[in-house]
Amino acid sequence: MALVPNMPQVWRQETKPHKFCPGCGHGLVLKTLGECIDELGIQDRVIFGCDIGCSLLSYDFFNVDTVQTHHGRTTPVLTGIKRARPDRICIAYMGDGGGYAIGSQHLVNAASRNEKITVLLANNCNYGMTGGQMAPTTLPGMKTETSPYGRDVEQTGNPTQGPEMVAAITPENAYVARGTIANLRQLKRMIKKALETQINGVGFSFVEALSACPTNWRTNAKDTWHFVEKEMTQYFKVGEKKVPPEKEEQ
Amino acid sequence: MTDKPVKGVKRFFVTGNEVVAWAALAAEADIMYGYPITPQNEIMHYWTRLAPKYGRKFLQTEDEISAGFTTCGGVLSGARAFTATAGPGNTLMQEAMSMAEMMSIPTVVAVMQRGGPSTATVIYSQQEVTMTCFGGNGEGLRIVYSTGSHQELYDYTIKAFNTAWKYRIPTFILGDGYQAKMREPVIMYDPAEKGINMVPTEKILGAPGMPGVDRDPQHLQNTYNTEEELYEVVNQLVERYWKAAPEIVEHEEFQCQDAETIIVAHGVVTRAAQAAVDELRAQGKKVGHFRPITLRPFPKEAMKKAIQNAKEIIVVESAQGQLDKIVKSEIYEAKVPITGYFRPGMGITAEEIVEFINQRG
Repeated sequence: MALVPNMPQVWRQETKPHKFCPGCGHGLVLKTLGECIDELGIQDRVIFGCDIGCSLLSYDFFNVDTVQTHHGRTTPVLTGIKRARPDRICIAYMGDGGGYAIGSQHLVNAASRNEKITVLLANNCNYGMTGGQMAPTTLPGMKTETSPYGRDVEQTGNPTQGPEMVAAITPENAYVARGTIANLRQLKRMIKKALETQINGVGFSFVEALSACPTNWRTNAKDTWHFVEKEMTQYFKVGEKKVPPEKEEQ
Repeated sequence: MTDKPVKGVKRFFVTGNEVVAWAALAAEADIMYGYPITPQNEIMHYWTRLAPKYGRKFLQTEDEISAGFTTCGGVLSGARAFTATAGPGNTLMQEAMSMAEMMSIPTVVAVMQRGGPSTATVIYSQQEVTMTCFGGNGEGLRIVYSTGSHQELYDYTIKAFNTAWKYRIPTFILGDGYQAKMREPVIMYDPAEKGINMVPTEKILGAPGMPGVDRDPQHLQNTYNTEEELYEVVNQLVERYWKAAPEIVEHEEFQCQDAETIIVAHGVVTRAAQAAVDELRAQGKKVGHFRPITLRPFPKEAMKKAIQNAKEIIVVESAQGQLDKIVKSEIYEAKVPITGYFRPGMGITAEEIVEFINQRG
């Protein structure tokens, strides 16, 4: 008998295996989120929203009510839901293009208003679904379809520091962190704290997860892992950026 | 339970924006999402003053894109939610409205048209007809009520919530800067006292029960993988829309029966058209007026009947032929010559219409 790995109870078995490419980081981030939903016992209260881009493939991922929206617009849709029904746990799931480019005004303003929602953002340094274009998070010198000679920071700026930006504009009681699929236990603690921040009604919560896109990076497993662990972390420092008082990770 | 905002039947002398805010309160709207743009601002101003007294909510968003999408979110969660906008704000809101169209989200939007294109004027126009009826990447599966008075702003704001929720189609109240800013008498009433029951909303997301256990989870998508999949979805939407259309269309006619010349006008311009008909009739001319109240769906059958004996149609509008384009496509078979009196972004008086028609001999 083959050993079947334990999957979160909230996973919708009918839609598995999931639709992401082999080696994609989304599955890991979503598995981690699923474990948090299980452990917090909030499945019947969660409203999950996903963006355009690869994140949209999560629209039928969980046994939770889900809405797939437009590119960048998951934050306002979930904000609208939360404002109308504060008893729901609203999770907005998106990629770096959705959060830091086309939907950046929504992220900035939801953070500034300290909306009681959780934004979970997968950072894979490129636009995956559209075929690997340069994203706000593309590393300097990194080759993409729209930076074929490598990202020129003189022309296109440096990688967006999302959690640092959100931490700078949120009030003290917000939760902001950057985790990575290379350390799922830590990522899980972060997502859980983010959700608790929302459950407790204290503030905005935001977790960026460093993720992988071997399809567009054109990397094998070893190089993919090297990129996530060694290359991305040169620009994106993993850790908590803002923790509601008395809740700092030991 | 808080008091009803409007009790019984009362007469007021107020601006149109104030009327919309009161009507939304009377219609039991739960929440407004909004972003400032002239000439609709006072809808928010009155709503923000009144709403907390009646347990209603408001969110000022970062832009109209957000106002549109937060409204979609509010509606999905089961709230009677609405927003209001104008001009370039209406442009930005079209993105969310195309999602509403695709996902059958019964949003309600009050549009107070200002001059266009671009920033233009904050004053008045009828230049948002095409955008409100057909905006976004879609098929124009919306309901658009073009109001002509404060009374209609009140009546149709209440009606818009019911039409939207009954048919699950995004619904617009299309006003303009004149209606928004001027004061005139209006009779406000508690809808229940007029026998109007508010159509119940539904928690489209977040219904009771454990998803996947007690019930299926809602997995709302607007992305499809194949042409066939999308085709089926759009066909269902289109079919549902046209099935509902005969119940939704509304119009008014003024002395069309024996009219040789029929003025077609909508919104506030109907008032000039009605006065022009009276004046021209007094001069012995056989003139009538047909006014579509729903611009989308368009009262096509009613208009065909109204123009049966007409020798010519004059489309009068404060735009460069936006209503004209709709009329021409809707009554294509009619073979009655159509002439336009177009005043983009300008108010139109009865005298102008009379003069225009008399000059034609």
